[in-house]
Amino acid sequence: MNGLGIVRGLWVTFKHFILTYIEDIRTGKRRYYSPEGILARTKGDVQGAFTIQYPEEKYPVPEEFRYIPFLVYEEGENGQKNYRCTSCGICAKVCPPQCIWIVRTNDLNTGKPIPAPAEFYIDVDICMNCGLCAEYCPFDAIKMDHDYEIASYNRFTDHIFNKERLGKPLSYYAQIRPQNFAREEAARKAEMEAKAARKAATA
Amino acid sequence: MAESPVVGTQLNLLDHFPEWLKKDERPGFEGYIVPAEHLLEFAHALRDRFGYDLLSSVTGVDYLPEGKMEVVYHALQTTGGPVLNFKVQVDRQNPVVPSVVSIWPGADFQEREAWDLLGIRFEGHPDLRRILMWEGFAGHPLRKDWKEPYFEEEAKPYKSRWPEGHVQRAEDRHPLHDNVDYPAGFDPDSWSPETADDVLYKTYQSIMEGSDSELHTDRMIVNLGPQHPSTHGVFRMVVVLDGETVVDVKPVFGYLHRNHEKIGERCTWLQIMPFTDRLDYISSMSNNFGYALAVERLMGIKPPERAEYIRVMMAELTRIVSHLISIGFLLNDLGAYFTPSLYALEERELILDIFEAVSGSRMMCNYFRFGGVARDLPEGVLDKVKELVFERLPRKIDEFDRYLTRNEIVRVRTEGVGVLTAEQAIALSATGPILRASGVPYDIRRADPYSIYDRFDFDVVVRYHGDVYDRYLVRLEEIRQSIRILQQVVRDIPEGPVQTGKPQWQVRVPAGESYGRVEGPKGELGYYIVSNGKPNPWRYHVRAPSFVNLTSLAQMARGGKVADIVVILGSIDIVLGEVDR
Repeated sequence: MNGLGIVRGLWVTFKHFILTYIEDIRTGKRRYYSPEGILARTKGDVQGAFTIQYPEEKYPVPEEFRYIPFLVYEEGENGQKNYRCTSCGICAKVCPPQCIWIVRTNDLNTGKPIPAPAEFYIDVDICMNCGLCAEYCPFDAIKMDHDYEIASYNRFTDHIFNKERLGKPLSYYAQIRPQNFAREEAARKAEMEAKAARKAATA
Repeated sequence: MAESPVVGTQLNLLDHFPEWLKKDERPGFEGYIVPAEHLLEFAHALRDRFGYDLLSSVTGVDYLPEGKMEVVYHALQTTGGPVLNFKVQVDRQNPVVPSVVSIWPGADFQEREAWDLLGIRFEGHPDLRRILMWEGFAGHPLRKDWKEPYFEEEAKPYKSRWPEGHVQRAEDRHPLHDNVDYPAGFDPDSWSPETADDVLYKTYQSIMEGSDSELHTDRMIVNLGPQHPSTHGVFRMVVVLDGETVVDVKPVFGYLHRNHEKIGERCTWLQIMPFTDRLDYISSMSNNFGYALAVERLMGIKPPERAEYIRVMMAELTRIVSHLISIGFLLNDLGAYFTPSLYALEERELILDIFEAVSGSRMMCNYFRFGGVARDLPEGVLDKVKELVFERLPRKIDEFDRYLTRNEIVRVRTEGVGVLTAEQAIALSATGPILRASGVPYDIRRADPYSIYDRFDFDVVVRYHGDVYDRYLVRLEEIRQSIRILQQVVRDIPEGPVQTGKPQWQVRVPAGESYGRVEGPKGELGYYIVSNGKPNPWRYHVRAPSFVNLTSLAQMARGGKVADIVVILGSIDIVLGEVDR
């Protein structure tokens, strides 16, 4: 019992303390509030302070990051939104907390279902951000978002997102998930070509 | 004991009890069915003659159509090998089963849980009170005919969501919570928590009288918590004190209870996966692992090689995260306010970056699927893991070691505090670092290897004093062993698919039962599931390690000082999301 252990421990703390200053002096101004500074503080060899000053600085999110889902639409020539969703209902059925509500469109004359949603809601108070809807959607129509700042003032009216609120263009999806987008587009293209080839073969 | 114990052999117990022991012959089921009147005799023989010294799990199943209640036991030998499963079936109208607490004291909380949630009465239990629900709650919520508030349908997916899914908030549907049951004569205005606590305080009556101290000190009851910074959540310890000495402790919990198992039984098999994240929310990857194993066993599928390696990688990273937090916050409890925990959290953040990159979320990972994992490792993740396990983590763990292990204050506060002997640890069903710190080298990764753990080179860490300091040392050393496993994983990980067959949103699980267990960071994490071939499980039970480990809290704290209770609780390393479920 000679206190050596305590001194040794305090030396570790002291080194941590000194290192933050050495790092700040060494890296200079660009260590804070700059994209490369933020990136440097997320690396495995980070020295000194590694905290990010949210909301002035934001931690870069990886491609797979998932938050509340959105509906992908392709923009038509006249600016109309062509939702990819066919209202097949798989997302609503796979959703663990059952927060997805879909009204299918029916043909007014025949009463048969049309592959498009008349209404589409997500109760974001209930959504647990698990990402199963996006994972099992066969049409790449529902995807998980990167936008996590969705606070609002009225929970009674603002937290049930409708189709308009959920819709985001395909270009946005391509921008937040470039690798997934490229892979899916390649698969879609290959399938289209296979379909065309089959058609040509039967014709 | 006349006969020496028979250990480590797979014996046919039918030969030993031919008159009344029966094999469970339902298709997909295993183990034995014991008549209730012979249960104690059977349990005695299992423990003393056949070496099943640790009772891992006790739970019940409500077989409503057959009019039966079943109590399911899982016992194991601490020398290794698979678990032994046996059951007692009783009439559903009056379910009474003899309590095995006298043989395996570790059954205490689990029998109370089965009484609380299923209404199975355990005869001879010393303190059969409700444990997760409040005293006076009407009904037993895991029974199949019990319906929760906002009850909609027996099983998901609900029909109201599609194709005519006109959105409606649950609160609007039942503006007055119209299916909440209250006990007869219950008036919420006149009810107060004191009346509920009377039942608890009454159990202390015998020890409140008769203080034997020379100073003639009064004994008194002190409530630590439920809102207390040291209790790691909303958790309450009702302590009987004689001066500063602890005479007895009873933990009170359930403040975070959400009937996880009922939620699971309403969900489809896949839908449960994200809910398991929320049990021990610090180690969601391990929780996924155990559940995936249990269901895969029933489905008879195995993940491909690469997925196995990824699973082990994630499970070991999780262990490091969990132990780092445990060590950091143990120091918090000792009074080293937040500096050690923040050093621990810094390393944790870097590991969470990896989880976020592969699964999309830092804590609620939801990454495992039946027969694989959700997606392959994205580009660059493997390099990040390599950098961590070869460069940074070993260095940082050494720094932790230098920082804390030989600190005199840490040693004075923890050495010889909260001692649990090997015999006590086994009897009280402690698992994980607690059991290993008491000198029992039991680690499921070695004792009953699952996944591909039989391929890796690692040591089962064991210490022998059973005190708080040894639990700290075990955790620190286990981080080193995890790093060792991870180094082998990143060296050997093959290329290939990460999912067997096509990803399916609805899986077919054949009828039967399965118990999947993993060595979670906190101990044995087991999932007991019963399928009847439908898209939803008939029974889904979680054997939560920190819940069962709490059984030994009283044993550790008795005779110690009240100030040490905080440290002892910290050394058990509980997470309330898992304790309360």
